[in-house]
Amino acid sequence: MISPLLSLTTRFLIGALPRWQASQPEHRQRIYFANHTSHLDTLAIWSSLPAELRKTTRPVAARDYWDKAGVRRHIATQGLNVVFISRDKQSGDPLSPLYEALENGDSLIIFPEGTRHFLPLPAPFKSGLYYLAQKFKTVELIPVYLDNTRRCLPKGSLIPVPLACTVTYGAPLEAIEHEEKTAFLQRAREAVIALAPHEITTD
Amino acid sequence: MDSFISTVITQAPIKFWWILAGLILLLVLASSIGQYLARKNNNDVIRNLNDRIRAWWIMVAVLVACFMIGKVATLVLYAFLSFFALREFITLTPTRKGDHWALCICFYIAIPLQYWLIGADWYGLFVMCLPVYGFLLLPAVTALSGDTDAFISRVAKIQWGLMLTVYCLSYAPALMLLPIPGYEGQNLLLLMYLLLVVQLSDIFQYIVGKLFGKTKIAPNVSPSKTIEGLIGGGFLAIVAGTALWWITPFTPLQAAFLSFIIVACGFLGGLSLSAIKRSIGTKDWGYMISGHGGVLDRLDSVVFAAPVFFHLTRFIFVP
Repeated sequence: MISPLLSLTTRFLIGALPRWQASQPEHRQRIYFANHTSHLDTLAIWSSLPAELRKTTRPVAARDYWDKAGVRRHIATQGLNVVFISRDKQSGDPLSPLYEALENGDSLIIFPEGTRHFLPLPAPFKSGLYYLAQKFKTVELIPVYLDNTRRCLPKGSLIPVPLACTVTYGAPLEAIEHEEKTAFLQRAREAVIALAPHEITTD
Repeated sequence: MDSFISTVITQAPIKFWWILAGLILLLVLASSIGQYLARKNNNDVIRNLNDRIRAWWIMVAVLVACFMIGKVATLVLYAFLSFFALREFITLTPTRKGDHWALCICFYIAIPLQYWLIGADWYGLFVMCLPVYGFLLLPAVTALSGDTDAFISRVAKIQWGLMLTVYCLSYAPALMLLPIPGYEGQNLLLLMYLLLVVQLSDIFQYIVGKLFGKTKIAPNVSPSKTIEGLIGGGFLAIVAGTALWWITPFTPLQAAFLSFIIVACGFLGGLSLSAIKRSIGTKDWGYMISGHGGVLDRLDSVVFAAPVFFHLTRFIFVP
């Protein structure tokens, strides 16, 4: 019930227009990985997917932000069906909830920078994406570039300004045998950057 | 619901049904020509033409539905149009973090307030609220953010965006406010008249320009605007506007004069908004209306024509 309302509101306010530049919306198990500049990012990607795919695509969300009492947790659990991840150092593998979701056959939306960066181009990626790719070799890795969400909801503001945001989907990242972790993460980051509008990458 | 629809149908003036029949006839004609051309030679221009015609069906359907439901629906529709037009304008205009609160005021306060003032029949505040209070408040709010980089141009962008997409556009439904003696209860027809003349002028200029256009008026600003298109298309629109005098409070001669004003302002509006697009480096304002581009691509002529048409009509016909 809350899900259609969420995606409708998101599209009304920020457009969240999908551009399937080099991949198509398909029923496949995927990990969508994107640049992260605003709290709207999760909603933007999720809303830009067709309703059918939204049912099996779960955003990965930081527990310290989204698992707070009230509306936020309700949106996260009831609306977005997120996978919570803990950012503070704890015992155990922080990625285990993600493994669990992938083993269930769900697709994931993740932000490999780990936190928001108020810049047009993403910061270096954390290792999580590499370990997921190692463990689940059949899952497609789709790079996603989010444009404009950082202008909608800059760090520190609570009310989003309506601006048309686009969500660009690139080609699945190809698997390369015996690739080093740093090389893989660098290649993944470049795949996201390659989707950014020309004027941003040449700044 | 049934009784609601029947009151709506009985309350609409008979002139409205004539206009509606005429519009449907025009659209059927346009669609047939489009289909015929598509079968003969389906290139990009024809495909775009058919996209445009399909979008026209939807736009006419939405407008007519709101007209029939009445004043509040029409105001809500225009508030949404302002919202989407401003969203397109600000999306393409570089703004900074320091503009955040000013933008929030534009979207969440200025738009509802402006249309509420029309709904509340408060003419005095409707004409001055944004240009006086709004345009003084916004730079002050931006200044409070402490970011002074490119302050003048940032303030100018937000103010002009607000003026075009909210203040000027709201003059179209504000035609419902005008107390014209002997024309009570028919003001929605005046709004329809404005839209018809503006859009027919755009369409005629597009067609005449495509067929006979040679001399470009401002090649740097808009490569599709030609003198032949302007004169031929403008003339046809004025003829159509004159022929529609019977849905307005005007005499045929007055209708010809006001149509001329609408056509001229519409042309200048299209030209000015094209200049903004060029300076930003884009061809269309957005993607919401298939074949046309964004909401603002369709409304660029209306935003210039509406305030002038409103004030001239008010000056001449409201005692």
